[in-house]
Amino acid sequence: MSALRQLFRFNGGVKPAYHKEASTTLPIAVAPAPTRLVIPLHQSIGGPPRPLVTTGDRVLKGQRIGGADGNVSSAVHASTSGTVLGVEMRLMPHTSGLSALCVVIEPDGRDEWMERQPFDFHAATPTATRDYLRDAGVVGLGGAVFPSHLKLNAGKQGKLDTLVLNGAECEPFITCDDALMRERADALLKGAAIMRDMLAATRVLVGIEDNKPEAIAAMEAAAARTGDDSIQVVAVPTRYPAGGAKQLIRVLTGIEVPHGERSTDHGVQCFNVGTAHAIYEAIALGQPLISRIITVAGNVGQARNYEVLFGTSMRDLIAPCAPLPDTDRIIMGGPMMGFLMPGDDVPVVKATNCVLVGSRALFPPPPPEMPCIRCGECAKACPADLQPFEMYWFSRARMFGKAQEYHLFDCIECGCCAYVCPSRIPLVDYYRFAKSEIWAREVDKEAADQARERYEFRLLREEREKQEKAAKLAAKTAAGREKAAAALAEAEKPARTPEEEAKHALIAAALERAKAQKAQVQPENTGDLSPEQQAEIAAIEARRAEIREQAKPHLRQDD
Amino acid sequence: MFDALFVMALGAIVLGAALGYAAVRFRVEGDPLVEKIDAILPQTQCGQCGFPGCKPYAQAVAKGEAEINQCPPGGEEGIHKLADLLGREFKPLSAEHGIEKPKAVALIDEQTCIGCTLCIQACPVDAIVGAAKQMHTVIAGQCTGCELCLPPCPVNCISMEPIPESVENWKWKYPVIKLVAAQEVAR
Amino acid sequence: MTSYLFIILGAVLVNNVVFTRILGLCPFMGVSKKLETALGMGAATTFVLTMACGASFIIDRWLLMPNQLEYLRTLSFIVTIAAIVQLTELVIQKTSPVLHQVLGIYLPLITTNCAVLGVPLLNVSLRHNFLESLLFGFGSALGFTLALILFAGIRERMEAADVPTHFRGTAIAMITAGLMSLAFMGFAGLDKFR
Repeated sequence: MSALRQLFRFNGGVKPAYHKEASTTLPIAVAPAPTRLVIPLHQSIGGPPRPLVTTGDRVLKGQRIGGADGNVSSAVHASTSGTVLGVEMRLMPHTSGLSALCVVIEPDGRDEWMERQPFDFHAATPTATRDYLRDAGVVGLGGAVFPSHLKLNAGKQGKLDTLVLNGAECEPFITCDDALMRERADALLKGAAIMRDMLAATRVLVGIEDNKPEAIAAMEAAAARTGDDSIQVVAVPTRYPAGGAKQLIRVLTGIEVPHGERSTDHGVQCFNVGTAHAIYEAIALGQPLISRIITVAGNVGQARNYEVLFGTSMRDLIAPCAPLPDTDRIIMGGPMMGFLMPGDDVPVVKATNCVLVGSRALFPPPPPEMPCIRCGECAKACPADLQPFEMYWFSRARMFGKAQEYHLFDCIECGCCAYVCPSRIPLVDYYRFAKSEIWAREVDKEAADQARERYEFRLLREEREKQEKAAKLAAKTAAGREKAAAALAEAEKPARTPEEEAKHALIAAALERAKAQKAQVQPENTGDLSPEQQAEIAAIEARRAEIREQAKPHLRQDD
Repeated sequence: MFDALFVMALGAIVLGAALGYAAVRFRVEGDPLVEKIDAILPQTQCGQCGFPGCKPYAQAVAKGEAEINQCPPGGEEGIHKLADLLGREFKPLSAEHGIEKPKAVALIDEQTCIGCTLCIQACPVDAIVGAAKQMHTVIAGQCTGCELCLPPCPVNCISMEPIPESVENWKWKYPVIKLVAAQEVAR
Repeated sequence: MTSYLFIILGAVLVNNVVFTRILGLCPFMGVSKKLETALGMGAATTFVLTMACGASFIIDRWLLMPNQLEYLRTLSFIVTIAAIVQLTELVIQKTSPVLHQVLGIYLPLITTNCAVLGVPLLNVSLRHNFLESLLFGFGSALGFTLALILFAGIRERMEAADVPTHFRGTAIAMITAGLMSLAFMGFAGLDKFR
């Protein structure tokens, strides 16, 4: 099937050394059970989840420990059963070396699942299914960790043309998707079928780079077993970054998603193969996302793929792979797009597709940066068809507006430009710097707009209050004047008529009666009281009277 | 000689009349410049510039009554933007109006607060909640860090807390070329 | 017909007001810091210069020459230009606020642009007829706009460059303008059709 398909190509890209063989010789292993789990609450794009457990709680495997905060968020679950040691700030797997709120769990070793029930998504409404997936914590496992339930939306037309499954895995060293496709192809395709139904897509294209023949064979066999000819496995040429969503869509369908538009506007949606597997587990097995397959590679004795529980320390994870003694760094992700970790004591999270162990020999320090000679190699290599040298020029000079005019935010940070740069400029660092500065400014601008609105509302309110006060005052003085006028008139009037006198007497009598009644009536809750209580009340009353007596002179003074 | 005077006078009268008519006919109200300046200002409404709020300062700048370097919360960058917009020269922040500080939010020490509501009245963006003789608290997300609530507090229970760096607001730093000693490279 | 084309081409490239005639240097240096402002200034100048050429031709031919008042040319041209600029600003401000925002502060600046006075005077000395005057004015203004835009593009880039401290700002801008002027001298060799 795949041989007949016409493929397209994206511009640019590079062919780095792949280093993938080392980790594919052995099958996926289950990582040894950790002694402690540190599960960060914020593991996806969107709002950080609210913690649902506190210190001392016992949790079961798969129990929700962080609830999604709003719709653009995703839940987090306990990876195994145990006791919550605390909800505290711990070092995050983030380049900044900063801490964030994590749930620390001491596993009890029983690995006891909570009650699991398959979710009947055929019977449920699409919204209910999406809510279920949000609460199951399913996010994109390609590395961007975008909540999957938000992407499982058929878009404006209500149906899609193509669902693209991304098994390209173009980055060097990483083989977790390769291993997943080799060993769990059937489950993965079941997940794909669920996604296809949710998106009402006509066909499913699984794009796999042609340097993974075993994975292609396994997937083709699985696709044949499903007997569903809407699912097609397509081998795509090996070229970094063929696994970028836009690049893979381009190669498979020829559609180039323009700036500022979504792929769904063009009838295509793209998911990582790992996400398809996670959706299968969530819907068909009722298991939330609590583990994933992670490649441990680089400067280790035995590179391998592991099924790892989230929250496992990276140090515990790489230990069985025998890291070589000259190891000096740990990178999350691959050598092109990965992030340097602040230490090896950081937990594995949903975004971790690879733990790359590095050393000075394996990744020598970059040679000093030289001036840009505007050779244009970076523009040739850019898979997003941008002009990296222009974006670099303006990012470096902190002229962010200009950098944005060159579509800085279409940059996927793949690192091709820096890879080919003859002046060895760390271009991506400049883009990341510029992007985060622009974001910060955007946040500031929003805050300023809000402050302006609130300030203007306050001015408005003060003005209104002033007017109301003035109106009240005017009314009061008017009333006072009227009263005075009335009193004057009264004084001038002759003595009361007999009828008025009679009325007055009636009113006085009524007042007298009311007063007497009031004195007789006792508060209801003092009806049947024990003698002690009555004594207590009497004492309180006495104290009150005393205080009143003492206060009297002051009151009089005040008067 | 007389011709020349006549021609020039004629020209002056005709052109003057045309301009005078146009000035009446094409009168425009309002000043769009103020809005543009106001959009650059940080809207802390702190009054450090010497005007009661950002908008009055923007009006003063537009009229040329105020310098562009009187806004400490806007910082150097704000001055650069104003200089660009107005085509004026950049000037360093004027020291008499204050210094640029890291962004901070007010924090009320709830143990000491006596519930006098003075700070609530001072807050320009209504970011303090509370009632008379009740504890007050600052809505951190709405606080602009203007420090206007500090002076009225009779018990000095309000302090400014710099916003800490977190994973969410962390920014990538400007790439710096590390200078390495020659020996180390050789190694 | 081709002579009209040559008037325009000659005014834009060969006898560029800024680079060859060295006129209008004040706004050229002043408003070439940003591309958008350069475009705005260019558009405003193009409009005003074309109008000024037409008006000054009429004044010169119908008012000054019949009365032997050629010695009042400079004075009356300046007054006319100032009035046209002022009028243009008022009209634009009322009719098209958007355009006024773009041109904004550049309109009054044109009054002091010596190119706007120089081109009508050149028109007189070159004995252009009315249409030629208009075309020459339009072409010169296009040349001015071209120079402004090219220079603004370079200056925007220069802003981000590592210029030695002593050359920063106006110094490097002057050097660049000189180099561009040299480049425009190359057009002087365009005499293929002569």
